[in-house]
Amino acid sequence: MKYVIIGYSVAAVNAIKIIRKFDSLGEIVVVTDEDRIYSRPLISYYLAGKVSKDKIGFIEYDFEKKYNIKVLYSTIVKKVDTKNFKIILSNRETISFDKLLITTGGKPIIPKIDGLENDTAGVFTFTKFSDAENILKYLEKNIVSESVILGGGLIGMKAAEGLLNKNIKLKIVDLTDRLLANTFDKKASNYLEKKLVEQSSEFIKENTITKVTTKNNKIVSVTLQNKKVIKTNMLIIAIGVKPNLDIIEKTNIKTDRGILVNEHMQTNIKNIYAAGDVAQGKDFLSNTNSVIAIWPVAAKQGKVAGYNIVGKDVSYDGMFAMNSVEILGIPSISFGITNPDIKDSQYKVLSREDKNFYKKIVLKNNKVVGAILINSIDRAGIYKLIIKEQLDVSEFYNNLLKDNFGFLVLPKNFRKHFVTGDGIEV
Amino acid sequence: MKKIVINEEYCIGCRLCEVYCVSQHSKSKDIIKTFKSSEDRPVSGIVFEENGYTTFALQCRHCKESPCTTACLTSAMYKNNNEIVLHNKEKCVGCWMCIMVCPFGIIKPDLKNKKVASKCDLCIGREVPVCVEHCPNEAIVLKEK
Amino acid sequence: MSKSKFRTDFKIVRDMEKCIKCQACARVCSNDAHVYDNESNSIISYNDKCVGCHFCEDLCPTGALTIKRNIPEIKFNSHWDSYSVYNIIKQAETGGVLLTGMGNDKPFKEYFDHIVLNASQVTNPSIDPLREPMELKTFIGKKPDKIELKYEPYKLEYNKPELKIINYKISTKMPPQLVLETPIMFSAMSYGSISLNAQKSLAKAATEFGTMWNTGEGGLHEDLKPYSKNVIVQVASGRFGVDIDYLESAAAVEIKIGQGAKPGIGGHLPGEKVDTEVSKTRFIPIGSDAISPAPHHDIYSIEDLKQLIYALKEATRYQKPVGVKIAAVHNIAPIATGAVRAGADFVVIDGMRGGTGAAPTVIRDNVGIPIELAIAVVDQRLRDEGIRQQASLIAAGGFRSSADIIKAIALGVDAVYIGTSALISLGCHLCQKCYTGKCNWGIATQDPYLTKRLNPEIGAKRAYNLLRAWSLEIKEMLGGMGINAIESLRGNREQLRGVGLSELELKLLGIKHAGEAW
Repeated sequence: MKYVIIGYSVAAVNAIKIIRKFDSLGEIVVVTDEDRIYSRPLISYYLAGKVSKDKIGFIEYDFEKKYNIKVLYSTIVKKVDTKNFKIILSNRETISFDKLLITTGGKPIIPKIDGLENDTAGVFTFTKFSDAENILKYLEKNIVSESVILGGGLIGMKAAEGLLNKNIKLKIVDLTDRLLANTFDKKASNYLEKKLVEQSSEFIKENTITKVTTKNNKIVSVTLQNKKVIKTNMLIIAIGVKPNLDIIEKTNIKTDRGILVNEHMQTNIKNIYAAGDVAQGKDFLSNTNSVIAIWPVAAKQGKVAGYNIVGKDVSYDGMFAMNSVEILGIPSISFGITNPDIKDSQYKVLSREDKNFYKKIVLKNNKVVGAILINSIDRAGIYKLIIKEQLDVSEFYNNLLKDNFGFLVLPKNFRKHFVTGDGIEV
Repeated sequence: MKKIVINEEYCIGCRLCEVYCVSQHSKSKDIIKTFKSSEDRPVSGIVFEENGYTTFALQCRHCKESPCTTACLTSAMYKNNNEIVLHNKEKCVGCWMCIMVCPFGIIKPDLKNKKVASKCDLCIGREVPVCVEHCPNEAIVLKEK
Repeated sequence: MSKSKFRTDFKIVRDMEKCIKCQACARVCSNDAHVYDNESNSIISYNDKCVGCHFCEDLCPTGALTIKRNIPEIKFNSHWDSYSVYNIIKQAETGGVLLTGMGNDKPFKEYFDHIVLNASQVTNPSIDPLREPMELKTFIGKKPDKIELKYEPYKLEYNKPELKIINYKISTKMPPQLVLETPIMFSAMSYGSISLNAQKSLAKAATEFGTMWNTGEGGLHEDLKPYSKNVIVQVASGRFGVDIDYLESAAAVEIKIGQGAKPGIGGHLPGEKVDTEVSKTRFIPIGSDAISPAPHHDIYSIEDLKQLIYALKEATRYQKPVGVKIAAVHNIAPIATGAVRAGADFVVIDGMRGGTGAAPTVIRDNVGIPIELAIAVVDQRLRDEGIRQQASLIAAGGFRSSADIIKAIALGVDAVYIGTSALISLGCHLCQKCYTGKCNWGIATQDPYLTKRLNPEIGAKRAYNLLRAWSLEIKEMLGGMGINAIESLRGNREQLRGVGLSELELKLLGIKHAGEAW
């Protein structure tokens, strides 16, 4: 049996671990366009100087030997041949496979902006290790006192965290009215905005960049939608990522936003699987297929794919969006639906706040479906548990936001079941 | 594998499990020394919950399919060969992913030093964890699972 | 308000070099003798609140706590001892009856400590119980006057006359019997006076060991129904929890007339202890006082007692032994024979050291007679009247060791009840504050903070261990006497000798003085 995996990050690693559990002999080949394996979310820590280059990995140093896999680094896959079950590399070499797992992840979305070229110096994306390296190199050669970040989402804020650590003032521009718009509400965003001001930085809401002005192909200023011009010699483009579907373009693998997969992480083609940020799998809360580009989902999907690739029937029961980010020294965790349609009477929102913390819980039909926790993250995972278990909280929802929130708030039978159980995965 | 099971019906709320846990994970491993010195006092790996007479001490369940190890960005949270979930402070960057996914909420953050502060290691190297050994009412017991 | 002149019984000594301020003591003390003060980050201990249960001392992880007796050093006076003086002071302050728990703690003569056992030497071989079978099996119930056998030819398949075998069958109808694996049972302690966890511990231990536990007068809690094969249920003057299911689920029924700790006195479970569970089990409203009248209001004579015995026998279709429990008082022998003649299948005599959950101190300490003498006179009287076989004799009240038990059996009882020693096995430290309902060990309390402290798994293990240890010791002692069955020791007073007893005492006990041969 020959297994080929395209992409080499958390989904791939988890799949490999499972495959090897059941098949110690099959050949595993991993093809990656990167020159190393690293933990992608750690690049902001690397940029900030909190993690050194050698500690950015997330697997044992002898992983490849231990699991007996062959990794082709810096190798670009051009196409997947779904008829003949082989992949074609950019150097025209081909590798055949019995089972293929696609974990190509996401790639940054780069908007069309006047004056912005592919090679404009001082303009960066921020999703790969090389991006962080390039920023650091640029900072060595140039004095950057103020930078603009386009996009106040997760990637933009991670970049902000890294840059603020370098004493660079920021102007963060976003189309919405708040930071981390996907998961935060306005109140949550306020905690971060206040911190930004403390760091002599600014959040420019409901705005975007319409023009980039360059000099000698190097950025010197940006012009906003409201015609305001900001002088800067550095721009980070962080408006989002999308699934990286380059290698399956023009194949018969079905896609929507990402590669569509069933509960076995299988694509519409029998021996081809996909997992991680490139896959569009089940969303637990909406019960539809969506791309949830977060680390735990990639890990879980990788595992499920691994099981099914070796013929074990394990189903992916779906996950939901969640994130833990510590930005500007404020730890925050969010789960699921955080900005419900307030006109919809099925929803109920509970919240508690003071100047140091903010907690918000979203209920739908007496079940928790989302939460935001700012600067108060103790025992956060229990919220995830009750979302996943669809626990009816109508009897005790008043206690969900109390300081002593914990298992004792939950019904005895429910907590007993979990506490005495085998240990679980939720 | 042996796992810790708790019986909230018999927890008397003395919190001695925490005392012994702290001392066991200190350098000296001596209770009096641990508590008399302010430096060498680790955070206990136990979460104690109390509401009236209902009390219990919860520690890591060492899940079969442990969400914390899969969510960890740096593999600071890992499983050893005996299926025990352990935490490596050196590698931890304080991303709090483990806190986000642990369904038992037993991982404590050290927000100041940006590290996971403590997590039960089943008193690795000991046959019986100290919280089990010293629980006066067998509210914390070790069972083959 | 004038200052109290009462002095405290105990002194809490805290070794500050060892105390780590873990606050375990402050968290567990139900009497608030230790309190953690947030402001000063210190634990303050109050001697006047300490009852001497030693729970904190037991729990302290560093051994920093010692609870010492604090005997007031008033001027020595052998008549006006400090106990009497401080009782007077207490009563001068409260104007009330002094209450107490557990058994009589006064220095009355311990007859068991004046009786020694025999052992085999040369002329009769002793038996090693580790190598040879040793029978402790005990049957409680009325025994027939004689056994009649009937010959029955055993019919074989081919009916060949030459193969006919003579078969003996007992034709006597055997009255119902309780079968015990050891002559030790757990005494009546009601749910209400002790916690459900305490009862469960005993019920589980008794069931596992193959002996009996006793509900006391508080009914049988639903959770304990699985242990009903090994339960003796009580019918007392309050008739709490008595219905046909109660009687039918039990192995035997016991009518409680009196209790060794407080002969002639009824019981009173205050309303605050009657929670949902107690109410359900006793069939009384929540919060109402559970009053057991001093007498049964339908029993004023042996004839009345007979009516109740037969009512209960009738109700249980003569399938279960029905017994009577009486406190050992002056007239114990005639009362016991009366009970036997009234139809009791077993008679329980409860001596003056018997425990209680609450009793007036003055009653507990001054009423009743020592169990040793009561056993001897009752056994003798029943023999003299020729009706000893009509009922089993059970003794209760302060058995401290297997030696006390084996001596009681040699004096004439079939089995014993243990209460206090069973509770000690569960953790009791005899602080005698059962009546406060604040038992730190989770035994004599219904407070949910406290009852959970007694894990019935641990309790059952410990109570079982006590039964096992004492049974092993009894076997050892029996073996030493050259006896291989407890049946052969019953009433075998030749195995006993008195030491330092008067002639009258020896006569009453029916034993010879040490030094006298057979």
